[in-house]
Amino acid sequence: MPARPERMTDRYSAWRLLKESLSGNRGWKPAWRKPEPKASYDVIIVGGGGHGLATAHYLASVHGITNVAVVEKGPIGLGNGGRNTTIVRSNYGLPSNTRFYEHSLKLWEGLEQDLNYNVMMSQRGVLNLFHSDSQRDIAARRGNSMRIQGVDAELLDREAVRSVAPFIELDNPMFPIFGGLMQRRGGTARHDAVIWGFARAADRRGVDIIEHCEVTGIRREAGRVTGVETTRGFIGAKKVGVAVAGNTSRLATMAGLSLPVESHLLQAFVSEAIKPMIDGVVTFGAGHFYISQSDKGGLVFGGDLDGYNSYSQRGNLPVVEHLLGAAVSMIPALSRLRVLRQWAGIMDMTMDSSPFICKTPIDGLYFNGGWCYGGFKATPGSGWCFAHTIARNEPHAFNADLTIDRFRDGRMIDERGAGPNPWAQ
Amino acid sequence: MTSKRLPSGGLIDRGTTVRFNFDGRSFTGHPGDTLASALLANGVRLVGRSFKYHRPRGIMTAGPEEPNALVELREGARREPNTKATEIELHDGLVSASQNRWPSLAFDLMSINGFAGPAISAGFYYKTFMWPKSFWEKLYEPLIRRAAGLGRAASQPDPDHYEAMHAHCDVLVVGSGAAGLAAARAAGEAGARVIICERDFVPGGGLLLSPADAAWRGDMVNALEAMPNVEILTRTNVFGYYDHNLLGAVERVSDHKAEPDQHEVRQRYRTFRAKQVVLATGASERLIAFPGNDRPGAMMAGAALTYLRRFGVVPGRNAVVFTNNDSAYETALALAEAGSGKVTLVDVRSQSALAAAMTARGIDVRLASEVAYFDGKTALVRRRGGAGGDKFVADLLCPSGGWNPNVQLASQSGAKPRWEATLASHVPGESVQAERSAGATKGIFGIGAAAYDGARAGREAAAAAGFAKAQDFALPERGPAEQPIAPFWEVKASGKSFVDLQHDVTAEDIRLAHREGFSHVEHAKRYTTHGMATDQGKLGSLVGSAILAEARGEPVEAVGVPTHRPYTMPVAFGALAGHASGAHFQPVRRTALNDWHLRNGAVMQPTGAWLRPFFYPKPGETGWEPIFREARAVRSSVGICDVSTLGKIDVQGPDAAAFLDRLYINTFSTLAVGKCRYGVMLREDGIVFDDGTTSRLAEDHFLVTTTTGNAAPVLEHMEFHAQTVWPELDVQFCSVTDQWAQVAVAGPKSRETLAAAVDGLDLSNEVFPFMGVGEGKIAGVPVRLFRISFSGELAYEIAVPSGHAETVWEAILAAGKPFGIVPYGLEAMSLMRVEKGHAAGPELNGQTTAADLGMGRMMKKSGDVIGRVLAGRPGLADPGRPRLVGIRPVDTNKRLRGGAHIVREPGSGTSMGWVSSVTQSIEHACWIGLAMVENGEALKNQRVFAVSPLHDESVEVTITSPHHVDPENLRVRA
Ligand SMILES: Cc1cc2nc3c(=O)[nH]c(=O)nc-3n(C[C@H](O)[C@H](O)[C@H](O)COP(=O)(O)OP(=O)(O)OC[C@H]3O[C@@H](n4cnc5c(N)ncnc54)[C@H](O)[C@@H]3O)c2cc1C
Repeated sequence: MPARPERMTDRYSAWRLLKESLSGNRGWKPAWRKPEPKASYDVIIVGGGGHGLATAHYLASVHGITNVAVVEKGPIGLGNGGRNTTIVRSNYGLPSNTRFYEHSLKLWEGLEQDLNYNVMMSQRGVLNLFHSDSQRDIAARRGNSMRIQGVDAELLDREAVRSVAPFIELDNPMFPIFGGLMQRRGGTARHDAVIWGFARAADRRGVDIIEHCEVTGIRREAGRVTGVETTRGFIGAKKVGVAVAGNTSRLATMAGLSLPVESHLLQAFVSEAIKPMIDGVVTFGAGHFYISQSDKGGLVFGGDLDGYNSYSQRGNLPVVEHLLGAAVSMIPALSRLRVLRQWAGIMDMTMDSSPFICKTPIDGLYFNGGWCYGGFKATPGSGWCFAHTIARNEPHAFNADLTIDRFRDGRMIDERGAGPNPWAQ
Repeated sequence: MTSKRLPSGGLIDRGTTVRFNFDGRSFTGHPGDTLASALLANGVRLVGRSFKYHRPRGIMTAGPEEPNALVELREGARREPNTKATEIELHDGLVSASQNRWPSLAFDLMSINGFAGPAISAGFYYKTFMWPKSFWEKLYEPLIRRAAGLGRAASQPDPDHYEAMHAHCDVLVVGSGAAGLAAARAAGEAGARVIICERDFVPGGGLLLSPADAAWRGDMVNALEAMPNVEILTRTNVFGYYDHNLLGAVERVSDHKAEPDQHEVRQRYRTFRAKQVVLATGASERLIAFPGNDRPGAMMAGAALTYLRRFGVVPGRNAVVFTNNDSAYETALALAEAGSGKVTLVDVRSQSALAAAMTARGIDVRLASEVAYFDGKTALVRRRGGAGGDKFVADLLCPSGGWNPNVQLASQSGAKPRWEATLASHVPGESVQAERSAGATKGIFGIGAAAYDGARAGREAAAAAGFAKAQDFALPERGPAEQPIAPFWEVKASGKSFVDLQHDVTAEDIRLAHREGFSHVEHAKRYTTHGMATDQGKLGSLVGSAILAEARGEPVEAVGVPTHRPYTMPVAFGALAGHASGAHFQPVRRTALNDWHLRNGAVMQPTGAWLRPFFYPKPGETGWEPIFREARAVRSSVGICDVSTLGKIDVQGPDAAAFLDRLYINTFSTLAVGKCRYGVMLREDGIVFDDGTTSRLAEDHFLVTTTTGNAAPVLEHMEFHAQTVWPELDVQFCSVTDQWAQVAVAGPKSRETLAAAVDGLDLSNEVFPFMGVGEGKIAGVPVRLFRISFSGELAYEIAVPSGHAETVWEAILAAGKPFGIVPYGLEAMSLMRVEKGHAAGPELNGQTTAADLGMGRMMKKSGDVIGRVLAGRPGLADPGRPRLVGIRPVDTNKRLRGGAHIVREPGSGTSMGWVSSVTQSIEHACWIGLAMVENGEALKNQRVFAVSPLHDESVEVTITSPHHVDPENLRVRA
């Protein structure tokens, strides 16, 4: 029996903060340990992004399974978990999605208290604009579906849009704004804090977070998983859960599986920090562009995929030109502001743009992926459902439809109807 | 006033005076000044406040690495927040203001944040603001947001214009210092087409600070300007290095004027596709962390030299220069030469061969020493690591922690930076793209050495691009070797020692991050926000890494620096958008009849990229009136409609029929010449992709029509399959959408109307039946006629070569005059198509199968078709799936809404389907709709509810056939 890990820092509290500030902040301990891998674990989670860390947290906190390792090839949280544009919402129209994302949003709403970490979940609203009667009907169909399922949604007309987002050009000659679908409970959270909060909470319950440990193979015997080969040696496991987002196809190949996933680039941008201008999240129905303003003042925005398969995490100029054109068309006052930084992440695009959290044909091997460009908001829900699926060896009702079998069976969950064309989703 | 203009010297035009304004006070300067140099010349020391602690700040640098001196430049619609005073060219009438302070720059109430220092150290916000739960939304976050940000965005649209320009060249040289000029000259002499980009408004880089090399600089610039194959672009910053040697840049065309001249752009976005690239972007001086290194009066040694030499400004009276390398000695000398008060040179190294020469000039040299404290008025200098020390009166403190080669572009190109111990910095790693660095960018310092290296790089680049001719030219002398730098990052003394001035990140914050486990450089950066400000960490990034390395007990190179990403300097949104924004965001498509519609009072609306007539109101008509009038005319007599936006694809070749058979679920090989057929196309996954009629014009010649929205995707789909899936098929096709205008003539009197207009085609039902295709002439113009109908009435479509559209349209109008023909728009058309129950965009929404839309029987019995296999999956073949039905309100006064859901009972939490299309019906005098409803077929004639919680509405409806008019389809065959 290895020694129990040393307990980490005390809980964060106002008292503790005061005490530390008076003693030069010298008493803070690492938010998570840097342990050596043990020979084996009950569960190994591959991928130290938000989803992997959240899975570990819920395995420990909900299911009492603490002999768990999260193995991460680099430092935690530098994949998509640390590259996204931090939008959180549950404004999906198809019940299989609405159920899952609404559960996730409810977890977000209590995450600070659950993790004892301020992830800065900020429900300032997500507004999807539409530019024609037919786009309005599509938005209304989605909003009504949400409302029927008990999720908040409002249809705003032009004047209402003007009052919540006065900076928007309502009268672009080709894309006049007809109105918008608003989810006021949507918003943003601080992506890095989500990673660190889950890591710290999982660590406090004894989960080993093993960084700089790349999985290179998935060992199986007689149709059952037995552990993972890594750059730090073999680590045995009764169960292995894979949550590697953009690298899903690579890990699937290691297990001899071929998944309906393509890897694509998505770019994101942040502007120089400016005084408050944009309160909530605004997305445009024309020209693929969405934007919000961080608590620090930077405008965070993004748009479409680069349109070709890649693992490069770079991105190219044509998308930049299109996106900035859309930005300035929709919000003319952006024109003289400056973009500070651009980056890109690898999207695990599925053929219906919905994810999967499910068992696989290999006993003890579970997959969590296909997050496309929307997996950040799923982080707590994904971890919660994945933990349930791994612990019970069966899905929860929240993720029962999010399988890979659905592609075989023709039960796609295609919100926008873009079909098996990731570049068009 | 501690800084002031020297009586002579510098590259400014002293003969001309320009006025400018800062924070409401007016000053003067000269052309050639930056706002920063002009402020210094006027003795202005305090120019800004920092982000978190609101500490007073002065001008720290003379370039894009400036962290402090950020201003709101210009006013009103042209206001640009966060503009670096060091990068602003002074012009007459310039207006600027300090930012992030309240109520004023000198007295900023938010500076109390500084006293809360330890409680708001790095990452404090993650640990707090959680109690009680509801306070985050209500109190804490609103407060944080209010305090956020620096300057204010303009609130009006930008009045200026931008454009894009794309160039190819053999050799792109980035940077016009000694290395860049030499590289450009060498490549240019070899005959290569060379473009040289310089961020600054004068070429020369470091040469501008060396009076001894002024003549050589002048000669080089003249020589380059005289070469027809060389283009020099100043005010042009290359912001990013992308794949396949594509680089992006922004040229600041008129930012140096109060406003652009008429028709002049403000900035020009440029891309360069270069065969070879020479990166000669120089090096940036780095900070040393010591208490008070942020105080007004702290200024990088290289910047101080720039103000002295280039702008003729002495930046302070009594100066302390604090260095670990030789470069700052020149600053000390220049300060001494400028004749101001006392100059002290503090060198952390214990020996310096240059010390004697300094002492001889009256400079107080302190070796093996460090600055332990600076408050803007005094500096404490002590033996390294010692206690006590001497206090100096100093209003200027010039640190130099060494020079970092500007490896950003090289790193972006994929070359991983390599640690160079002799420089205590990174140099570009092995090239991945066709790129080479030269001069200081590569760690080769000194004008002569950089010029030699630049000439080499230019020659090599030209040769690699196929230009081998070499031609010598004069290069400056190579100077003596420098003494080795002593890596030195931080003075350990009490007080705030900053590593990131704009974000107020201190050395202690970096250590705290490490203590809490944020020890990876990317984690430390994110936890402390070090290097994420508008100066992008240019001054202090490596210093932070070094402090982190020490805390980790590892060498700096093991820690590294965060990945370099675009942009090397922040870029205006407007510049990247170029001209393609606002009304020009995407090309507007207009039909050949557009002018006629406008002349005849049509209300035009955008649909996708097209502008289309929605209706043609008569005076006094409001609301639905024109739509009803137009639709009634069609149902009772005849109307004419512009349907030119439909996609048209001409398909030819021996295998044309086979090709279409594989794309459509129905068969086209059996279609007779002179006939058309309605077809449905699936996506690979079995979902309906598009529909439309296809006509057979000859055995090997078809004309395919697509929906307006899918014209391009269908063409793409065809090309993909023709090129990659069935390359064996002999088929050619191209879009003819723009070549043919198309006009629908619909209504019971359409035959009579056309009979009066068409020559050469018998339109009788026997000769030209429903789904017939023929050719004839209208007003002498050859046209194609198709007997097809979207409205559900007897109808024809006429295809006209675009240039003759109006002639033909007018001729038909004239022929229909006796029947009261009216033009009808998109709204009447869609009213009639909903009445008729034709599936269109809202039903063909990428989620429905052919069976869902009631077209399952169209699938041919045999033969391979795109989508057939996957359409057979159980989920798609499930008969319980939502089916297309009609709905009508039980209470005929109630309105229906698109996007409503169908439920059994109001308040039900389970949706059975949704309402896809609605209209007011002229045949039924009530709202009608189309809906997709689970088991819809079985629910015919039953009552359900169409609910729209978004509108708080619930309407009882009866499920009907989708065909609200003429379900037997008799009219079209009449
Ligand atoms: C530009 C951009 C914008 C986005 N915007 C949003 C948004 O606004 N809202 C939203 O909801 N979603 C957004 N997303 C999507 C979201 O970021 C992702 O879906 C989500 O973070 C996925 O989380 P994850 O934990 O599964 O993946 P990640 O955070 O990518 O974690 C996967 C981890 O697996 C590790 N790994 C990979 N291979 C191996 C291996 N062999 N061995 C060990 N470890 C391995 C990786 O290093 C990585 O740390 C955006 C994404 C991008 C790139």
